[in-house]
Formats: sequence, C-alpha cells, structure tokens
Amino acid sequence: MTGIDVDYVGRALLRREDRRLLTGAGQFVADLELSRMLHVAFVRSPLAHGRIRTVDLRAAAAAPGVVLALNGADLLRLVPPAPDAQLSLPSKWTAAVQHDFLNPQQPLLAHDKVRFVGEPLAVIVADSRYAAEDAAELANVELDPLPAVVDAAGALAAGAPILHEHFGTNRIGHFTITKGDVAASLAAAPHRLRRRFVHHRYAAMPMECRGVVAAYDARSDAMTIWSATQVVHWLRREAAHVLQMPEARVRCIALDVGGGFGVKGHVYPEDLLIPFLARRLGRPVRWIEDRHEHLLCSAHSRDQVHDVEIGFDDDGHILALDDAFTADSGAWNTLGAGIAYNTAVHLPGPYKIANYSSSATIAVTNKVPNSAYRGAGRPEAAFVMERLVDLVAAELKLEPAEIRRRNMIRADEMPYHAGLLYRDGEPIVYDSGDYPEALEKALDAVGGLVAFRRHQAEERQRGRYVGLGIGCYVEGTGVGPFEGATVRLDPGGKIYVASGACPQGQGMETVFAQIVADQWRVSPDDVVLALADTAAIAMGFGTIASRSTVTLSAAIHHASGKLRDKVFAVAANMLECAPADLELRDSSVGIVGVPGAAVSLAKIAAAARPGWDHSRPSGVDAGLEETHYWEPPTVTWSYAVHVAIVDVDPDLGRVSVARYAVAHDCGTVVNPLLLDGQIAGGTAQGLGGVLLEELVYDESGQLLTGSLMDYLVPTASDVPEIAMIHLAAPSPLNPLGVKGVGEGGAVAPPAAIANAVGDALAPFGIEINRTPIRPEELVAAIRAARSR
Amino acid sequence: MSSPVEVRMIVNGTPRAGRCEPRKLLIDFLREELGLTGTHAGCEHGVCGACTILVDGVAARSCLMFAVQADGATLTTVEGLADGDELHPLQQAFHRHHALQCGFCTPGMLIAALDFLATNPEPSEAEIRDALSAVLCRCTGYQNIVKAVADAAEKMRAAGGAS
Ligand code: FES
Ligand code: FES
Repeated sequence: MTGIDVDYVGRALLRREDRRLLTGAGQFVADLELSRMLHVAFVRSPLAHGRIRTVDLRAAAAAPGVVLALNGADLLRLVPPAPDAQLSLPSKWTAAVQHDFLNPQQPLLAHDKVRFVGEPLAVIVADSRYAAEDAAELANVELDPLPAVVDAAGALAAGAPILHEHFGTNRIGHFTITKGDVAASLAAAPHRLRRRFVHHRYAAMPMECRGVVAAYDARSDAMTIWSATQVVHWLRREAAHVLQMPEARVRCIALDVGGGFGVKGHVYPEDLLIPFLARRLGRPVRWIEDRHEHLLCSAHSRDQVHDVEIGFDDDGHILALDDAFTADSGAWNTLGAGIAYNTAVHLPGPYKIANYSSSATIAVTNKVPNSAYRGAGRPEAAFVMERLVDLVAAELKLEPAEIRRRNMIRADEMPYHAGLLYRDGEPIVYDSGDYPEALEKALDAVGGLVAFRRHQAEERQRGRYVGLGIGCYVEGTGVGPFEGATVRLDPGGKIYVASGACPQGQGMETVFAQIVADQWRVSPDDVVLALADTAAIAMGFGTIASRSTVTLSAAIHHASGKLRDKVFAVAANMLECAPADLELRDSSVGIVGVPGAAVSLAKIAAAARPGWDHSRPSGVDAGLEETHYWEPPTVTWSYAVHVAIVDVDPDLGRVSVARYAVAHDCGTVVNPLLLDGQIAGGTAQGLGGVLLEELVYDESGQLLTGSLMDYLVPTASDVPEIAMIHLAAPSPLNPLGVKGVGEGGAVAPPAAIANAVGDALAPFGIEINRTPIRPEELVAAIRAARSR
Repeated sequence: MSSPVEVRMIVNGTPRAGRCEPRKLLIDFLREELGLTGTHAGCEHGVCGACTILVDGVAARSCLMFAVQADGATLTTVEGLADGDELHPLQQAFHRHHALQCGFCTPGMLIAALDFLATNPEPSEAEIRDALSAVLCRCTGYQNIVKAVADAAEKMRAAGGAS
C-alpha cells in the first residue's frame, strides 16, 4: 500500500467518469432499454392561447401500434389536479419582505385552456416512437383562439387577455425590497440618470434534452423513475403525491445526464405523467424529448425589463439606486419568487450602495414557463448594475474601472452587511474576498488598461473600433435548506458515500472522491459514491444554484466526523488504547507516534458487524454508517470580475471577442482542472446569450426559433480562449471553505460584452442597454449616428 | 408504414444485420437495433453533430440518413475507437485535458476530430476550431477540446500517423 499522506483536495485529478463517456459506455436515459417498453408522443397546442373545445383521439387510438391515447379531460378523471399551491418560503422571509404571490399549477395535460404553443394536450402511448408520432398526427384538436399576450408589459396592460381567469389578473407576483431612504437620497444627488434595460429570453439548451422512463412493479407496488433531472428527491416527492404512493415505494434515479444548467432543475409534468402511464399500463413507458419539443416546452429563462434611476456625486460615488422591473414568467410560474428575488438582491453587486430599492412584478404571458438557467436572475442583475456603472463613468468622463474602484467594497470591510435579506430569510453578509484585487487582476490579464487605451486610440485612427468592458458580480452560493450524506465503512474497507446531489457533467464523482479521500486518508479509488438515486439516501435536495460542492462537502465532513468517532471506538478496543490516541492513516487507524500499531479499515468494519465474535467495546452498537443532513447557516458569497476586449465591425455590426479574462474567487479549490472547466463552460454560455442566442416569439405567441438552426448555440469558432485568474479566500461558512462556482461563468458576460461594445462605439454615442446585441441593430445605430 | 427490410453493414469491424422500416433513421437503427447507444441524438435535424459517425471513412450525421442508405457500408462509431482496453489517442487526450463534462457531445466530437485529423494531421488552432464547429458542446466552452485535439494530433503524428 502506498502512503496516503497527501491531500487530494486542491489537485488536478483526472476524472473518474471519463472512461465510460469516452467509449460510448455512458448511460443516458435515452439509452435505457427495458423489456416490453412503450413509447410516448405528445399532441401539443398549436396556439398560444385558446379554449379547448375538443381533443378527439378516436383516430389516434385506432392507429397501428397504439396502446393508449389520453387527452386532458380523460386524465383529469384519472388523476385529480394539483391545487394551486402556496409557495414554500421561509417564514423569516415572508415576515420581512413585502410581497404577494399567486401560484398557478400546471396540469399534467391541458384540459380547459391552452396557454402556450407546445403545451401538451394529449398523450399517445405506442409500441414505438415512430408509431406514437404517427398517431399523434391523427388527433383532431379544436381550440377557440384567444388573443395572446407575449410580454410582461402587454400582460399587465389594462384589458389584457387573462391567462388564469380565476385570478382576474396576469400579475402573479410582486415584492419590494428596500434599504435606506431612496427617494430622499435621489432627490439630493448631484447627478441622476434614468434608463431602461432589457435582458432577453434565452435558455440553458443542454445537448441532451429531457427524458423520462418509468417502470412499475405490481408485485411490490414499487415505481422506478429514471429522469434526466437535477432533483431526484423532489421528483420522488411529487411523483409519490400524484401516484398516491408512499415515498418509500418510489425510486427516482438520474443516470448520466447530458447537461442541466437549471433547465432540468425542477419537476415537469412529463416527469409525473410517464410513471402514471407505466402503472396504468403495467409496462415500462419511455418519453425522450426531441430538440423541437425542448425549444417549445422546456423552461426558458431571463426575460426581464428594468427601469432604473441612479443618483451619484461628482466623484462617481453611487448614492442611491431605484429599480423597478418586470419578469416574464411565461404561462406558469415554476419557481415562484426565486429568480426575480435573486435579481433584486444581487443587483447592488460588489458595490456600497446605501440607499437601494427594487420592486419586482412577475407577469404570466403566453410563452413557455420561465425557470432557472445558470445564474437564475443574476445575469439580469449584473447587466443592469454594470451598465449603470459605465453610464455614470461616461457622464462624468471618468474611466469605468475607476468608478468601480471608488464604489467597491474593500477587503478590509469584510464581512460586509449588505442590509438586505437573502431568500433563505437570513441577512446578506458578504463573507470574504477582495473585489478590487479581482478587478485589477482581470484588467492585467488582458494587458492592462493603460496599454489598452493607447491601442484603442491608435485603432480609432485607423477606423477600427475596439472596446474594453468590465462585468462584475457577487453571487450567493450553496443555498439551503440542506443536503445530506450517508457515509459508511464498507466491509472491504472502502468508504461509501451516498447523497441526493445529482451530477450532469460537473465531475462530482471525482471531486467528492477527493474530498472523502482526505477525510478518511484513503485513496480516491477507495471511495464508492452513490449519487442521484433516492434509494441511496432518505432525503436530498439536488443540484441547482451552485450548491453541491458547498453543501455536500459539509455534509460529508460532519457525517464522517460522527462515523470516525465510532470507528475510533472500535479500533481503540482492538488496539487496546484510548480513542484519543488514534489517527487515520493509509486506509487504517493507528496509534499516533507508533508506526505499525494499526488496524485496517476493513478489519474495523468486520469487527463492528452485528452478531457473534464482534470486537466492539460495550455500549457501541453494531454497524458503521452515519448520515448527516447539513443545513447551511446561509449562503456563501462567490464573486468574479470579467473583462472583455471586443472588436466591432462598423459595417457588418459583427462583434468579435478578442480577449476575455475572468478573475474569480470560489474559496478553497477542490480540483483546479474541473474548476477551470466550469468557468470556461459558463462563460461560453454567457457569451452565447448576449451575442447569439434568442428565443423569439411573434405577436401571436408562435415561437420562431424552433430548431438549432434558428437558436444559435455558440460553436468552437465563436468562443475565445478564456484566461482565468484564481483568488481563493476560503469561505468561513463551511468546513472546507468552498464557495459555489457552477453558475458564475454565465453571469457576467452579457454585462462585460455590452460594456465593451459600448466602449468600442463610444465615438458614436451608442449605449447598449438591451440584449441580445444584434449586428443589424449596431449597423443601424452606427448609420444613424454618422448621419447626425 | 411499409414492411421491414434487411440492412447489413460492417460496424466497427464486425458484420451486423438487422431489419427495420425503410424510414428508420440510421441513428435509431444503431441505437435500437444494434444496441450501440454511444452515438447520441442531440437535435435530429443535422445541427448539433452529436450523432456523427464515420460512413465509409467519412464523417456523417447519422440523424440525416436512413438506415437503408447505409446498407453495405462500413461504419465506425465511438464504440469502435479504443483498441481493447487501450484508448485511442484522441480519447486519451480528451481525458488528459478535461475535454468533456457531461459527455453527451463527446462521441460526435471524437469522431469529427478523427475525421478531421485524417485529412489534416498537423492543424493550427484556428483550423481545429473551424473543423469542430460541426459539433456543438454546451459544457466545456471548447477550449479544452481544442487543446486535446492538438495534443492528440501531435501524439498521432509521433506514432507515425496511425490512428
Ligand atoms: S442529432 Fe444529428 S446533428 Fe444533431
Ligand atoms: S461535454 Fe456536455 S455537451 Fe459537450
């Protein structure tokens, strides 16, 4: 056995999960083959808004290979609808934040009205997908069209058609947060600016679409659901409810999942309908979403309009900020206040702003439901704040970086009380970090500001327009309420860890093996992980919101601590010493300072078994397994500064990203190789969002971007090399000192690119206050400026 | 729906046969009839490249072909890249450079890279980026994929161009 005195945390270990994925041996939900499995296709609404007159499935049901065809009315008789639920929010939050919410629940199939194009009207089950799709074409659907609303302003206008008529309004959510005296400080401010900012609708777009397979075993009355989801325990809870089964009889598993980024982070109607069908038919049932369906029916994101006023002094100190915004939630509200509230509390970012108010209005529209996508409300916030800082700089004719330096919270001001409440109900306290240092390092990484300004002036002489843009953000990560870990000493001496965290490519099997290896002084190869399976642990939360490394590492730490006490008690009995004299070393427990006096973990496991001839001391019960559900005190604050240098072609409006740097702090780094991968991937998504990707609806609510030919995911030629600088101020809020990093990359690029394009086009006086940045609009703005 | 027809092909060096409807897509035939689920469908409309395989030595999108069109052809899928337990230099380089996260695009990416290096064994970074634009990856931001392909190209050249 080799000596295991090294720490694995911090090392660029190559991934355990790679081999299967590289050889085609990974198993995604679409790869699952079960005997007698049936296949599903949906009949989907062709209209954005309408009353359902008939969904006649007689011809479909008679088509070859069809086993079952159900419309919404049929289903309603079989499964009672979920009532409009109260949002589950911490009482500390509801008591403190002025709010009102309505929470319409999407039915498994539409039965009274359709509210967006693509909403499922009927389900066809057949012996092949081809047969199911053929039959779906035979459905005879009659809808009475209703006028559609396709943006929040339209939805909130007087006389607008109402989506959920029993509410009598499309305004399904509203809250206001405030600190200081915004009105008075704005009135007293030497300078004021007022602007509207629009952040458009785009989406996570993982390369694997969604998919669900379910199998019911009548003998044991047990349901197994395989779903490409980020939240297996949440799905189990809802499925148990819909199926009226005990949770203990429902097992939910996420196999290899081909990317999530938030879009797979909540429960969809299909997740519940497929298991229902499997039980009804007594055969496994499978639905694999195709890309067209994904664009049409899986959650979109962003889509906010902000009206903001900022007050500042002659030196550019921000005195007050007043924000009012609308969030277009689409037809249903999947996450309640979550995203809009994230926007509101993240908007002040790394700056000291004494007087701040944000008032959010969430409106339903005839579009796909809006849900979390990497950043979940934060890219919108960063876009608004970072654009404002640049506008202040322009107004005062100062360098934008200088305005940031003057307003940023300094390292010696940490921990910093932001004066707002997080959505877990706790006061926001930025726990650690050095924001100004991140700014300087990011600027240095693109060659420095002074050199750039010189270069920019020379380029302008030649009629070329280059610009530098900064995007900063802070992000609450590792949010509660909890994540759990079960740690068990396997009879062979390996360490088994189970959790409800669900990977979709983050490399969790590698990262948590490193963390566990250090906890137990074993090799990462001796760590056995069970993730994304509800059978492995009773309760779990799942992988959303940059939380798993933070919450699960802490749960592992605490469960390991409890288990270690027991392991030491048994080992002390075996070695005839006191537990306090023991230490972990080389897959064994030994007496401190006495080489050779050790007993292997495998032997300890055997000694702790129940039954005859065990070696437990009296008072120690059998078995070596402990579970800990870690409830974080609150979130821990990551941050980053992104700097982009762009080149704008004034004739074609084309924006090329010449250089891009990210200086960020996610606390203790577990695996630098995987960390860089997260940042590069997130940044590429943010760049795609601001420059290429857009979900476009026409005024009747038809989605015009229904394929990857229309919805442009960035390619290898679109994404620049991203330079990364790591600052690592450990978080004081969890044992390992980690902060979440999954989402961050995607938060700042829209802000940084908009600022860079604005900087490049400063000679024309062009402001970029809406995304996406479309070449044709840049060309038009440049032409207009030239002819002024 | 018309009656099933017999389709024969050589896949990863092994003669394979199956019956399917004439309208069955090649990707569905590979995955469902032959059990080769390493080839993935990311869009089924010819854009994402996840379904890329070699057909008679040339990269092709298996979602844009019917299985019957590949009757008599020689195919290579991701399952055919490794030599027993020994990973192909491209697979090794993807592992070393962390060029995959979720791994969903990876089979198509590997095959596209294989096809590309066969015609351009000593590519520049720009050429690699251009060639790999045929396959979408949502996870990695591409930079590690580009590094991996450049590294694999070098290793493959050093090994005498054998692939
Ligand atoms: S599945 Fe063939 S190109 Fe996307
Ligand atoms: S690794 Fe996930 S799509 Fe490429």
